[in-house]
Amino acid sequence: MTAPDTETTSGGFRGEVANVGVPALGGGFMVVCQVALGVVILLLWQGASGRLVDNFFISNPIDVGRRLLDWIADGSLFIHIWATVYATVLGFIVGSIGGVALGIWLGVSPFTSRLLNPYLNALNALPKVALAPLFVLWFGLGIESKVALAAVLVLFLVFLNTYAGVREVDQDLIDGARLMKATRTQVITKVIIPSAMSWVFAGLKISVPYALIGAVLGEMIAANRGLGYLVQFSGSQFDSAGVFAVLIVIALLAVALNFIVEFVQHRMQQWRVVGR
Amino acid sequence: MIDLRQVSKTFRKQDELVDAVREITLTIAQKEIVAIIGPSGCGKSTLLNMIAGLYPPSSGAILYKGARVSDVNTDVGYMTQKDNLLPWRTVRDNVAFPLELAGVAKAERAARADQVINHVGLDGFAHRYPHELSGGMRKRACLARMLIYGAETVLLDEPFAALDAQLKLAMHDLLLKLAAETEQTVVLVTHDLMEAVTLADRVLVCTRRPATVALEQHIGLKRPRDVLNVRFTNEFKELYDTLWERLRVEYHEDRV
Repeated sequence: MTAPDTETTSGGFRGEVANVGVPALGGGFMVVCQVALGVVILLLWQGASGRLVDNFFISNPIDVGRRLLDWIADGSLFIHIWATVYATVLGFIVGSIGGVALGIWLGVSPFTSRLLNPYLNALNALPKVALAPLFVLWFGLGIESKVALAAVLVLFLVFLNTYAGVREVDQDLIDGARLMKATRTQVITKVIIPSAMSWVFAGLKISVPYALIGAVLGEMIAANRGLGYLVQFSGSQFDSAGVFAVLIVIALLAVALNFIVEFVQHRMQQWRVVGR
Repeated sequence: MIDLRQVSKTFRKQDELVDAVREITLTIAQKEIVAIIGPSGCGKSTLLNMIAGLYPPSSGAILYKGARVSDVNTDVGYMTQKDNLLPWRTVRDNVAFPLELAGVAKAERAARADQVINHVGLDGFAHRYPHELSGGMRKRACLARMLIYGAETVLLDEPFAALDAQLKLAMHDLLLKLAAETEQTVVLVTHDLMEAVTLADRVLVCTRRPATVALEQHIGLKRPRDVLNVRFTNEFKELYDTLWERLRVEYHEDRV
């Protein structure tokens, strides 16, 4: 579980290191440096390929670029991207709803939560990827099994955070509401849920990348479309250029998802939903 | 109004039994202001929690208006040192919270809340969030919320302990004004003897844990009281000395 307001995995590396006396430089200059570094890496890659390392293993930027352009030209890339995005988003939604509902339910039912505790622990400890064959059996080779895998990864993260948030609610606030004639439902909807909100959002935020992981993994195991399928397929064809091309697309997709999460969080803070 | 009959409370802390309250018998009349004073951690708060019905006594009975308190007592307003405002709600929405729970329409809620907010001197802060307010203002918001709820009895657990002396005086003044207006019964728990004598009709001195009543002192100071000047009268000084004489014993025993 993750406490709200702390930067976690999804926050990513921002290069915020201690100031060790290096003079601060303008943002524009840094962007130029970053682009330059990228170009240098590409040049080194191109140079090393075929000379230092066999082209078979690391391909080279020109082939990778050509492969991407081919896929864009015949439109196949977009079919795969769409399949992955679809499974990621749907898995995220299903898992979030399930996780929040389960977290709130168990959070307010001490008996049930104690009863289920060992089983939930066992399920949580289980590497969820191991469930993939089961999902293929249940839901077939189509998109549903990918959604299920993404959802189950998201569900546990969101559940744990929501549960912690609900348990963390100040008992005095609950007592106060009860003294003012609040019913049990009112206590849950007007005190417990709003109070747990920042925890819920922290859980949702960290689970976005996991939805992508679930979708891609699901596609790698059994599928006929999606980025996971494409990387798996390229690998099995010994097509290293194809593998690198897909990896770049997945990385860009992950960055885009992160960006959306940051944007949504920013808006939420403006609406004071994630307030103290 | 409130009847405590041989009330005792024992808590279990790990394997140890802790007596918090032992055999307190006490009757509080309607509209009376009773202050319970004693060393910190002596079980005074336990007493209030039991009157509020948050947990039952281990033995004995608590009667509120003749009926046994067996569940949360919704006739009381409770205010602690920690002001229990909902941090994600504005002052207006916090004050209107009891009305919202009762299903009052939104427009009426806001209008009534604003009225009470002005009454406690928080005009202009209705749209602020609790964390944007000072400690004293949060206390005012709590009082406004109790006022709008219409609690007949107010339980105060060291409500002003965290405030500075000047603010405390202002809050004492407001509290007495509101209690007189609404004819509330007030049970105040405090460790500030000055506060107890200034506000109460009756002061009970509690012993160290387990709490029992060591001394009961009627406070005959006339009302309405001037919270600032009342403390400079001879009558006040005599009462203060009598109570302190008994109270210091509890603190002295603490040191041995």
